Amino acid sequence: MTKQQANWSPYDNNGGTCVAIAGADYCVIAADTRMSTGYSILTRDYSKICKLADKCVMASSGFQADVKALQKVLSARHLIYQHQHNKQMSCPAMGQLLSNTLYYKRFFPYYSFNVLGGLDNEGKGCVYTYDAVGSYERVGYSSQGSGATLITPFLDNQLKSPSPLLLPAKDAVTPLSETEAIDLVKTCFASATERDIYTGDKLEIVVLNADGIRREYMELRKD
Amino acid sequence: MVYVTSQRKDIVRNEGFRTVIIMKIDFSGLESTAPLCGASSEMFDGFSTSPSFQIPDTTDFDDFQKEAIQMVKPAKGTTTLAFIFKEGVMVAADSRASMGGYISSQSVKKIIEINPYMLGTMAGGAADCQFWHRNLGIKCRLHELANKRRISVTGASKLLANILYSYRGMGLSVGTMIAGWDEKGPGLYYVDSEGGRLKGTKFSVGSGSPYAYGVLDSGYRYDMTIEEAAELARRSIYHATFRDGASGGVASGMLCFIMWDQPDGRSYLVMTLGNFTICTIQLNQPLSSRRCPKLEFLCYSI
Repeated sequence: MTKQQANWSPYDNNGGTCVAIAGADYCVIAADTRMSTGYSILTRDYSKICKLADKCVMASSGFQADVKALQKVLSARHLIYQHQHNKQMSCPAMGQLLSNTLYYKRFFPYYSFNVLGGLDNEGKGCVYTYDAVGSYERVGYSSQGSGATLITPFLDNQLKSPSPLLLPAKDAVTPLSETEAIDLVKTCFASATERDIYTGDKLEIVVLNADGIRREYMELRKD
Repeated sequence: MVYVTSQRKDIVRNEGFRTVIIMKIDFSGLESTAPLCGASSEMFDGFSTSPSFQIPDTTDFDDFQKEAIQMVKPAKGTTTLAFIFKEGVMVAADSRASMGGYISSQSVKKIIEINPYMLGTMAGGAADCQFWHRNLGIKCRLHELANKRRISVTGASKLLANILYSYRGMGLSVGTMIAGWDEKGPGLYYVDSEGGRLKGTKFSVGSGSPYAYGVLDSGYRYDMTIEEAAELARRSIYHATFRDGASGGVASGMLCFIMWDQPDGRSYLVMTLGNFTICTIQLNQPLSSRRCPKLEFLCYSI
Protein backbone atom coordinates (compact mmCIF):
# COMPACT_ATOMS: atom_id res chain seq x y z
CA MET A 1 0.00 0.00 0.00
CA THR A 2 1.66 3.22 -1.11
CA LYS A 3 1.76 6.21 1.21
CA GLN A 4 -0.63 9.03 0.44
CA GLN A 5 1.20 12.18 -0.48
CA ALA A 6 -0.07 15.58 0.57
CA ASN A 7 -1.91 17.18 -2.33
CA TRP A 8 -2.19 20.65 -0.90
CA SER A 9 0.83 22.84 -0.47
CA PRO A 10 0.70 25.98 1.66
CA TYR A 11 3.11 27.66 -0.75
CA ASP A 12 2.85 29.00 -4.26
CA ASN A 13 5.41 30.75 -6.37
CA ASN A 14 4.28 34.06 -7.81
CA GLY A 15 7.47 34.57 -9.76
CA GLY A 16 9.22 37.85 -10.38
CA THR A 17 12.72 39.16 -10.10
CA CYS A 18 14.39 41.76 -7.89
CA VAL A 19 17.74 43.48 -8.24
CA ALA A 20 19.62 45.92 -6.06
CA ILE A 21 22.88 47.77 -6.65
CA ALA A 22 24.78 49.78 -4.06
CA GLY A 23 26.75 52.84 -5.02
CA ALA A 24 29.04 55.25 -3.21
CA ASP A 25 26.19 57.48 -2.10
CA TYR A 26 23.07 55.93 -3.60
CA CYS A 27 21.25 52.65 -3.82
CA VAL A 28 19.10 51.36 -6.67
CA ILE A 29 16.43 48.75 -6.00
CA ALA A 30 14.32 47.40 -8.84
CA ALA A 31 11.69 44.73 -9.35
CA ASP A 32 9.30 43.78 -12.11
CA THR A 33 5.57 44.12 -11.51
CA ARG A 34 4.24 40.85 -12.86
CA MET A 35 2.50 38.46 -10.49
CA SER A 36 1.87 34.97 -11.83
CA THR A 37 0.73 31.57 -10.69
CA GLY A 38 1.66 28.54 -12.74
CA TYR A 39 1.33 29.63 -16.36
CA SER A 40 -1.24 32.35 -15.68
CA ILE A 41 -0.68 36.01 -14.99
CA LEU A 42 -2.66 37.27 -12.02
CA THR A 43 -1.84 40.91 -12.51
CA ARG A 44 0.61 43.09 -14.43
CA ASP A 45 0.75 45.84 -11.88
CA TYR A 46 1.86 44.47 -8.51
CA SER A 47 4.62 46.21 -6.58
CA LYS A 48 7.18 43.96 -4.94
CA ILE A 49 9.04 46.83 -3.36
CA CYS A 50 8.26 48.06 0.13
CA LYS A 51 9.70 51.02 1.99
CA LEU A 52 10.51 49.88 5.49
CA ALA A 53 12.30 52.98 6.79
CA ASP A 54 13.50 56.34 5.48
CA LYS A 55 16.78 54.82 4.36
CA CYS A 56 15.76 51.26 3.84
CA VAL A 57 13.78 49.57 1.06
CA MET A 58 13.07 45.89 0.58
CA ALA A 59 12.25 44.04 -2.62
CA SER A 60 11.02 40.45 -2.42
CA SER A 61 10.09 37.76 -4.88
CA GLY A 62 8.57 34.37 -4.22
CA PHE A 63 5.22 33.79 -2.59
CA GLN A 64 3.61 37.22 -2.33
CA ALA A 65 1.27 36.30 0.52
CA ASP A 66 4.28 35.48 2.67
CA VAL A 67 5.99 38.64 1.41
CA LYS A 68 2.98 40.73 2.43
CA ALA A 69 2.95 39.13 5.89
CA LEU A 70 6.69 39.71 6.25
CA GLN A 71 6.36 43.37 5.24
CA LYS A 72 3.61 43.84 7.83
CA VAL A 73 5.71 42.26 10.58
CA LEU A 74 8.73 44.41 9.75
CA SER A 75 6.72 47.63 9.52
CA ALA A 76 5.14 46.91 12.89
CA ARG A 77 8.52 46.20 14.46
CA HIS A 78 9.88 49.39 12.93
CA LEU A 79 7.05 51.39 14.44
CA ILE A 80 7.79 49.94 17.87
CA TYR A 81 11.47 50.78 17.42
CA GLN A 82 10.58 54.36 16.54
CA HIS A 83 8.46 54.67 19.68
CA GLN A 84 11.20 53.24 21.86
CA HIS A 85 14.24 54.98 20.37
CA ASN A 86 12.78 58.14 18.86
CA LYS A 87 14.55 57.61 15.57
CA GLN A 88 14.32 55.61 12.36
CA MET A 89 15.99 52.24 12.04
CA SER A 90 19.24 52.21 10.09
CA CYS A 91 19.63 49.86 7.15
CA PRO A 92 22.13 47.51 8.88
CA ALA A 93 19.79 47.27 11.86
CA MET A 94 16.85 46.47 9.60
CA GLY A 95 19.06 43.91 7.89
CA GLN A 96 19.63 42.08 11.15
CA LEU A 97 15.94 42.35 12.06
CA LEU A 98 14.91 40.81 8.76
CA SER A 99 17.36 37.96 9.23
CA ASN A 100 16.02 37.18 12.69
CA THR A 101 12.41 37.47 11.55
CA LEU A 102 13.05 34.98 8.78
CA TYR A 103 14.90 32.57 11.04
CA TYR A 104 12.17 32.55 13.69
CA LYS A 105 10.08 30.78 11.08
CA ARG A 106 12.86 28.29 10.39
CA PHE A 107 10.53 25.28 10.50
CA PHE A 108 7.74 26.83 8.41
CA PRO A 109 9.60 29.42 6.39
CA TYR A 110 8.45 32.55 4.66
CA TYR A 111 8.73 31.63 1.00
CA SER A 112 10.28 34.95 0.21
CA PHE A 113 13.59 35.78 -1.43
CA ASN A 114 14.54 39.23 -0.30
CA VAL A 115 16.92 41.93 -1.19
CA LEU A 116 17.29 44.87 1.17
CA GLY A 117 18.75 48.12 -0.08
CA GLY A 118 19.47 51.44 1.49
CA LEU A 119 22.04 53.80 2.90
CA ASP A 120 24.13 52.85 5.87
CA ASN A 121 25.03 55.14 8.76
CA GLU A 122 27.80 56.79 6.75
CA GLY A 123 25.56 57.50 3.78
CA LYS A 124 27.10 54.83 1.56
CA GLY A 125 24.87 52.50 -0.39
CA CYS A 126 24.37 49.07 1.09
CA VAL A 127 22.63 45.97 -0.20
CA TYR A 128 21.84 42.90 1.86
CA THR A 129 20.88 39.66 0.19
CA TYR A 130 18.94 36.90 1.92
CA ASP A 131 17.91 33.32 1.46
CA ALA A 132 14.49 32.08 2.56
CA VAL A 133 15.50 31.30 6.15
CA GLY A 134 17.52 34.36 7.01
CA SER A 135 21.13 33.81 6.08
CA TYR A 136 22.36 37.21 4.94
CA GLU A 137 25.36 39.01 3.67
CA ARG A 138 26.21 42.57 2.76
CA VAL A 139 27.17 42.80 -0.90
CA GLY A 140 27.65 45.41 -3.58
CA TYR A 141 24.84 44.11 -5.78
CA SER A 142 22.39 41.26 -5.74
CA SER A 143 19.53 39.66 -7.60
CA GLN A 144 16.80 37.29 -6.35
CA GLY A 145 13.83 35.57 -7.90
CA SER A 146 13.06 33.64 -11.04
CA GLY A 147 15.33 35.73 -13.26
CA ALA A 148 18.21 35.81 -10.79
CA THR A 149 20.15 33.03 -12.52
CA LEU A 150 20.04 35.12 -15.69
CA ILE A 151 20.87 38.50 -14.16
CA THR A 152 23.55 37.58 -11.61
CA PRO A 153 26.15 36.37 -14.13
CA PHE A 154 25.68 39.58 -16.08
CA LEU A 155 26.13 41.72 -12.99
CA ASP A 156 29.19 39.67 -12.01
CA ASN A 157 30.65 40.45 -15.40
CA GLN A 158 29.94 44.19 -15.11
CA LEU A 159 30.45 44.87 -11.45
CA LYS A 160 32.45 42.21 -9.75
CA SER A 161 35.82 43.41 -8.60
CA PRO A 162 38.76 41.27 -9.69
CA SER A 163 40.72 39.21 -7.25
CA PRO A 164 42.42 41.27 -4.54
CA LEU A 165 45.76 39.76 -5.51
CA LEU A 166 45.63 41.57 -8.81
CA LEU A 167 44.12 44.81 -7.68
CA PRO A 168 43.65 46.30 -4.25
CA ALA A 169 40.46 45.23 -2.54
CA LYS A 170 37.50 47.45 -3.21
CA ASP A 171 34.65 48.51 -0.99
CA ALA A 172 31.32 46.79 -1.12
CA VAL A 173 30.09 49.48 -3.52
CA THR A 174 30.33 49.85 -7.24
CA PRO A 175 32.27 52.58 -8.99
CA LEU A 176 29.28 53.44 -11.18
CA SER A 177 27.42 56.71 -11.11
CA GLU A 178 23.73 56.77 -10.31
CA THR A 179 22.54 57.14 -13.90
CA GLU A 180 24.87 54.38 -15.06
CA ALA A 181 23.54 52.07 -12.39
CA ILE A 182 19.92 52.76 -13.35
CA ASP A 183 20.79 52.13 -16.97
CA LEU A 184 22.45 48.86 -16.02
CA VAL A 185 19.37 47.74 -14.12
CA LYS A 186 17.13 48.52 -17.07
CA THR A 187 19.41 46.49 -19.32
CA CYS A 188 19.32 43.57 -16.88
CA PHE A 189 15.56 43.43 -16.84
CA ALA A 190 15.20 43.89 -20.56
CA SER A 191 17.38 40.81 -21.07
CA ALA A 192 15.81 38.78 -18.29
CA THR A 193 12.34 39.46 -19.70
CA GLU A 194 13.40 37.92 -22.99
CA ARG A 195 14.28 34.60 -21.44
CA ASP A 196 12.22 34.24 -18.25
CA ILE A 197 8.49 33.80 -18.55
CA TYR A 198 7.79 35.08 -15.05
CA THR A 199 9.50 38.42 -15.58
CA GLY A 200 8.01 41.25 -17.59
CA ASP A 201 5.19 43.82 -17.89
CA LYS A 202 6.71 46.77 -16.09
CA LEU A 203 9.85 47.58 -14.15
CA GLU A 204 9.67 49.60 -10.96
CA ILE A 205 12.92 51.30 -9.93
CA VAL A 206 13.44 52.94 -6.56
CA VAL A 207 16.50 55.11 -6.01
CA LEU A 208 17.64 56.12 -2.53
CA ASN A 209 20.16 58.85 -2.05
CA ALA A 210 20.90 61.75 0.24
CA ASP A 211 18.02 63.71 -1.30
CA GLY A 212 15.48 61.05 -0.46
CA ILE A 213 13.60 58.36 -2.32
CA ARG A 214 12.63 58.55 -6.00
CA ARG A 215 10.55 56.13 -8.03
CA GLU A 216 10.59 55.53 -11.76
CA TYR A 217 9.00 53.06 -14.15
CA MET A 218 9.94 51.42 -17.40
CA GLU A 219 7.77 49.32 -19.69
CA LEU A 220 8.86 45.75 -20.35
CA ARG A 221 7.58 43.11 -22.74
CA LYS A 222 4.12 41.92 -21.87
CA ASP A 223 4.26 38.49 -23.48
CA MET B 1 40.79 10.73 12.04
CA VAL B 2 37.06 11.13 12.03
CA TYR B 3 35.19 13.42 9.74
CA VAL B 4 31.63 13.97 8.75
CA THR B 5 30.69 12.58 5.39
CA SER B 6 27.13 11.40 4.99
CA GLN B 7 24.12 13.58 4.94
CA ARG B 8 22.79 11.84 8.02
CA LYS B 9 26.05 12.82 9.62
CA ASP B 10 27.03 9.52 11.21
CA ILE B 11 30.63 9.53 12.19
CA VAL B 12 32.19 7.17 9.67
CA ARG B 13 35.61 5.76 10.19
CA ASN B 14 38.02 5.60 7.32
CA GLU B 15 38.31 1.89 7.18
CA GLY B 16 34.71 0.70 7.29
CA PHE B 17 31.38 1.31 5.63
CA ARG B 18 27.95 0.08 6.64
CA THR B 19 27.29 -3.37 5.26
CA VAL B 20 23.99 -4.07 3.53
CA ILE B 21 22.03 -7.19 4.23
CA ILE B 22 22.01 -9.43 1.16
CA MET B 23 19.03 -11.39 -0.01
CA LYS B 24 18.62 -13.93 -2.79
CA ILE B 25 15.92 -13.53 -5.37
CA ASP B 26 13.95 -16.70 -5.93
CA PHE B 27 14.38 -17.55 -9.59
CA SER B 28 12.97 -21.05 -9.29
CA GLY B 29 9.92 -20.09 -11.32
CA LEU B 30 12.10 -19.47 -14.33
CA GLU B 31 13.68 -22.88 -14.33
CA SER B 32 12.42 -25.47 -16.71
CA THR B 33 13.92 -28.48 -14.93
CA ALA B 34 13.29 -28.44 -11.21
CA PRO B 35 13.66 -31.49 -8.96
CA LEU B 36 10.29 -33.22 -8.54
CA CYS B 37 10.73 -34.07 -4.91
CA GLY B 38 12.19 -32.10 -2.07
CA ALA B 39 15.19 -34.33 -1.61
CA SER B 40 18.23 -33.23 -3.51
CA SER B 41 21.47 -35.10 -3.95
CA GLU B 42 24.89 -33.59 -4.16
CA MET B 43 25.00 -34.28 -7.86
CA PHE B 44 22.09 -32.02 -8.59
CA ASP B 45 22.98 -29.32 -6.14
CA GLY B 46 25.41 -27.53 -8.40
CA PHE B 47 22.98 -27.54 -11.32
CA SER B 48 19.74 -26.73 -9.60
CA THR B 49 20.98 -23.83 -7.54
CA SER B 50 19.61 -20.79 -9.27
CA PRO B 51 21.97 -17.97 -10.15
CA SER B 52 21.55 -15.22 -7.69
CA PHE B 53 22.93 -11.79 -7.18
CA GLN B 54 23.04 -9.67 -4.13
CA ILE B 55 20.33 -7.16 -3.76
CA PRO B 56 19.60 -4.86 -0.87
CA ASP B 57 17.02 -5.72 1.71
CA THR B 58 14.35 -3.30 0.68
CA THR B 59 10.96 -3.44 -1.00
CA ASP B 60 11.33 -0.17 -2.88
CA PHE B 61 14.05 -0.74 -5.42
CA ASP B 62 13.68 2.62 -7.13
CA ASP B 63 14.20 4.71 -4.06
CA PHE B 64 17.01 2.59 -2.76
CA GLN B 65 19.19 3.99 -5.52
CA LYS B 66 18.30 7.50 -4.45
CA GLU B 67 19.12 6.69 -0.85
CA ALA B 68 22.50 5.28 -1.80
CA ILE B 69 23.34 8.39 -3.76
CA GLN B 70 22.20 10.57 -0.88
CA MET B 71 24.51 8.72 1.46
CA VAL B 72 27.61 9.49 -0.51
CA LYS B 73 26.45 12.87 -1.73
CA PRO B 74 28.77 15.63 -0.70
CA ALA B 75 26.83 17.33 2.02
CA LYS B 76 27.76 20.64 3.53
CA GLY B 77 29.37 21.96 0.38
CA THR B 78 32.23 23.76 1.99
CA THR B 79 35.69 23.33 3.41
CA THR B 80 36.64 24.66 6.80
CA LEU B 81 39.51 23.70 8.99
CA ALA B 82 41.09 24.63 12.28
CA PHE B 83 44.09 23.44 14.20
CA ILE B 84 45.98 24.27 17.36
CA PHE B 85 49.68 24.90 17.21
CA LYS B 86 52.34 26.50 19.33
CA GLU B 87 51.34 30.09 18.69
CA GLY B 88 47.57 29.73 18.86
CA VAL B 89 44.63 28.44 16.91
CA MET B 90 44.57 28.72 13.11
CA VAL B 91 41.17 28.84 11.44
CA ALA B 92 40.59 28.82 7.70
CA ALA B 93 37.62 28.41 5.36
CA ASP B 94 36.59 28.78 1.75
CA SER B 95 33.87 31.23 0.80
CA ARG B 96 31.48 29.51 -1.54
CA ALA B 97 27.77 29.12 -0.82
CA SER B 98 25.73 26.83 -3.05
CA MET B 99 22.01 26.20 -3.45
CA GLY B 100 21.89 22.80 -5.04
CA GLY B 101 24.03 23.23 -8.12
CA TYR B 102 23.84 26.99 -8.27
CA ILE B 103 26.51 29.05 -6.58
CA SER B 104 24.62 31.65 -4.65
CA SER B 105 27.62 33.52 -3.35
CA GLN B 106 31.38 33.49 -3.76
CA SER B 107 32.07 35.75 -0.83
CA VAL B 108 30.40 34.24 2.16
CA LYS B 109 32.11 34.81 5.50
CA LYS B 110 32.32 31.36 6.97
CA ILE B 111 34.37 32.43 9.95
CA ILE B 112 32.09 34.12 12.43
CA GLU B 113 33.16 36.15 15.44
CA ILE B 114 31.28 34.95 18.45
CA ASN B 115 33.13 37.41 20.68
CA PRO B 116 36.56 39.05 20.63
CA TYR B 117 38.39 35.89 21.63
CA MET B 118 36.26 33.14 20.07
CA LEU B 119 35.53 32.22 16.51
CA GLY B 120 33.12 29.79 14.92
CA THR B 121 33.20 28.27 11.47
CA MET B 122 30.19 27.72 9.29
CA ALA B 123 29.37 24.53 7.43
CA GLY B 124 25.92 23.25 6.55
CA GLY B 125 22.95 25.58 6.51
CA ALA B 126 24.15 29.16 6.32
CA ALA B 127 21.17 30.61 8.16
CA ASP B 128 21.38 27.95 10.87
CA CYS B 129 25.07 28.64 11.48
CA GLN B 130 24.71 32.42 11.42
CA PHE B 131 21.75 32.47 13.75
CA TRP B 132 23.04 30.00 16.32
CA HIS B 133 26.50 31.51 16.43
CA ARG B 134 24.98 34.90 17.10
CA ASN B 135 22.78 33.32 19.76
CA LEU B 136 25.86 31.70 21.27
CA GLY B 137 27.58 35.09 21.37
CA ILE B 138 24.65 36.48 23.30
CA LYS B 139 24.76 33.61 25.78
CA CYS B 140 28.52 34.01 26.24
CA ARG B 141 28.06 37.70 26.95
CA LEU B 142 25.34 36.97 29.48
CA HIS B 143 27.65 34.46 31.14
CA GLU B 144 30.35 37.13 31.39
CA LEU B 145 27.96 39.57 32.97
CA ALA B 146 26.57 37.02 35.38
CA ASN B 147 29.88 35.49 36.44
CA LYS B 148 32.32 38.37 36.03
CA ARG B 149 34.66 36.25 33.96
CA ARG B 150 34.87 35.14 30.37
CA ILE B 151 33.33 31.86 29.40
CA SER B 152 35.71 29.04 28.53
CA VAL B 153 35.77 27.49 25.06
CA THR B 154 34.60 24.25 26.71
CA GLY B 155 31.62 26.04 28.17
CA ALA B 156 30.72 27.86 24.99
CA SER B 157 30.89 24.72 22.88
CA LYS B 158 28.78 22.87 25.45
CA LEU B 159 26.13 25.59 25.32
CA LEU B 160 25.94 25.32 21.55
CA ALA B 161 25.95 21.51 21.55
CA ASN B 162 23.08 21.38 24.03
CA ILE B 163 20.99 23.79 21.99
CA LEU B 164 21.60 21.83 18.79
CA TYR B 165 20.84 18.54 20.54
CA SER B 166 17.47 19.85 21.61
CA TYR B 167 16.65 20.52 17.94
CA ARG B 168 17.89 17.14 16.86
CA GLY B 169 15.88 15.52 14.10
CA MET B 170 14.20 18.77 13.07
CA GLY B 171 16.39 19.38 10.07
CA LEU B 172 19.00 21.83 11.28
CA SER B 173 22.29 21.40 9.49
CA VAL B 174 25.27 22.76 11.37
CA GLY B 175 28.86 21.51 11.32
CA THR B 176 30.90 24.01 13.19
CA MET B 177 34.16 24.40 15.03
CA ILE B 178 34.46 26.64 18.06
CA ALA B 179 37.99 27.95 18.37
CA GLY B 180 39.26 30.32 20.99
CA TRP B 181 41.43 31.22 23.89
CA ASP B 182 40.55 30.91 27.50
CA GLU B 183 42.44 30.64 30.77
CA LYS B 184 43.66 27.17 29.88
CA GLY B 185 45.12 28.31 26.58
CA PRO B 186 43.91 27.54 23.09
CA GLY B 187 40.76 25.46 22.72
CA LEU B 188 39.15 23.81 19.72
CA TYR B 189 35.88 21.90 19.64
CA TYR B 190 33.86 20.39 16.82
CA VAL B 191 30.08 20.71 17.29
CA ASP B 192 27.40 19.46 14.93
CA SER B 193 23.65 19.53 14.57
CA GLU B 194 23.23 15.96 15.78
CA GLY B 195 24.48 17.17 19.14
CA GLY B 196 27.95 15.72 18.70
CA ARG B 197 30.79 17.56 20.39
CA LEU B 198 34.43 16.60 20.11
CA LYS B 199 37.51 18.16 21.61
CA GLY B 200 40.59 18.05 19.46
CA THR B 201 43.65 19.72 18.06
CA LYS B 202 42.90 19.41 14.37
CA PHE B 203 39.57 19.36 12.51
CA SER B 204 38.27 19.84 9.03
CA VAL B 205 34.57 19.97 8.20
CA GLY B 206 32.66 19.87 4.96
CA SER B 207 32.59 18.20 1.58
CA GLY B 208 36.16 19.25 0.87
CA SER B 209 37.46 18.05 4.22
CA PRO B 210 39.00 14.78 2.98
CA TYR B 211 41.22 16.74 0.64
CA ALA B 212 42.06 19.27 3.27
CA TYR B 213 42.89 16.57 5.81
CA GLY B 214 45.35 15.01 3.41
CA VAL B 215 47.40 18.16 3.11
CA LEU B 216 46.90 19.22 6.70
CA ASP B 217 47.94 15.91 8.24
CA SER B 218 51.07 15.61 6.17
CA GLY B 219 52.27 19.13 6.85
CA TYR B 220 51.29 19.60 10.47
CA ARG B 221 53.80 20.13 13.25
CA TYR B 222 53.00 21.56 16.63
CA ASP B 223 55.92 23.95 16.65
CA MET B 224 55.29 25.91 13.50
CA THR B 225 55.71 29.61 13.17
CA ILE B 226 52.75 31.78 12.35
CA GLU B 227 53.76 32.07 8.71
CA GLU B 228 54.21 28.34 8.34
CA ALA B 229 50.85 27.61 9.91
CA ALA B 230 49.14 30.18 7.73
CA GLU B 231 50.76 28.73 4.64
CA LEU B 232 49.70 25.22 5.65
CA ALA B 233 46.11 26.29 6.23
CA ARG B 234 46.04 28.18 2.95
CA ARG B 235 47.44 25.22 1.00
CA SER B 236 44.94 22.84 2.59
CA ILE B 237 42.02 25.01 1.60
CA TYR B 238 43.48 25.48 -1.86
CA HIS B 239 43.77 21.75 -2.48
CA ALA B 240 40.24 21.19 -1.22
CA THR B 241 38.80 23.88 -3.46
CA PHE B 242 40.81 22.52 -6.37
CA ARG B 243 39.24 19.08 -6.17
CA ASP B 244 35.89 19.67 -4.56
CA GLY B 245 33.28 21.33 -6.73
CA ALA B 246 31.24 22.54 -3.84
CA SER B 247 34.10 24.49 -2.29
CA GLY B 248 35.75 27.48 -3.75
CA GLY B 249 35.13 31.08 -4.33
CA VAL B 250 37.07 33.68 -6.21
CA ALA B 251 38.22 35.52 -3.15
CA SER B 252 38.21 32.54 -0.92
CA GLY B 253 40.25 31.60 2.04
CA MET B 254 40.11 33.84 5.01
CA LEU B 255 42.63 33.15 7.63
CA CYS B 256 42.72 34.43 11.08
CA PHE B 257 43.91 33.21 14.36
CA ILE B 258 43.81 34.17 17.93
CA MET B 259 46.74 34.77 20.14
CA TRP B 260 46.30 35.11 23.81
CA ASP B 261 47.14 37.77 26.29
CA GLN B 262 50.58 39.10 26.04
CA PRO B 263 52.33 40.11 29.26
CA ASP B 264 50.83 43.56 28.95
CA GLY B 265 47.38 42.03 29.41
CA ARG B 266 46.04 42.56 25.90
CA SER B 267 44.83 39.99 23.45
CA TYR B 268 45.77 40.14 19.84
CA LEU B 269 43.94 39.04 16.80
CA VAL B 270 46.39 38.45 14.03
CA MET B 271 45.34 38.11 10.45
CA THR B 272 47.27 37.26 7.40
CA LEU B 273 46.76 39.20 4.24
CA GLY B 274 47.19 38.09 0.68
CA ASN B 275 50.92 38.43 0.56
CA PHE B 276 51.50 37.42 4.13
CA THR B 277 52.11 40.67 5.79
CA ILE B 278 51.01 40.08 9.27
CA CYS B 279 48.80 42.71 10.68
CA THR B 280 48.25 42.96 14.37
CA ILE B 281 45.09 44.38 15.75
CA GLN B 282 45.08 45.11 19.40
CA LEU B 283 41.91 44.29 21.18
CA ASN B 284 42.38 46.64 24.03
CA GLN B 285 39.51 45.20 25.93
CA PRO B 286 39.37 44.90 29.68
CA LEU B 287 37.59 41.93 31.18
CA SER B 288 34.24 43.64 31.10
CA SER B 289 34.59 43.95 27.36
CA ARG B 290 31.91 45.55 25.28
CA ARG B 291 30.69 44.33 21.92
CA CYS B 292 32.87 42.66 19.35
CA PRO B 293 35.11 45.07 17.54
CA LYS B 294 34.46 45.26 13.86
CA LEU B 295 36.92 42.81 12.39
CA GLU B 296 37.78 43.32 8.77
CA PHE B 297 38.32 39.94 7.28
CA LEU B 298 40.55 40.36 4.32
CA CYS B 299 40.13 37.81 1.62
CA TYR B 300 42.63 36.76 -0.93
CA SER B 301 42.12 34.48 -3.84
CA ILE B 302 43.26 30.95 -4.00
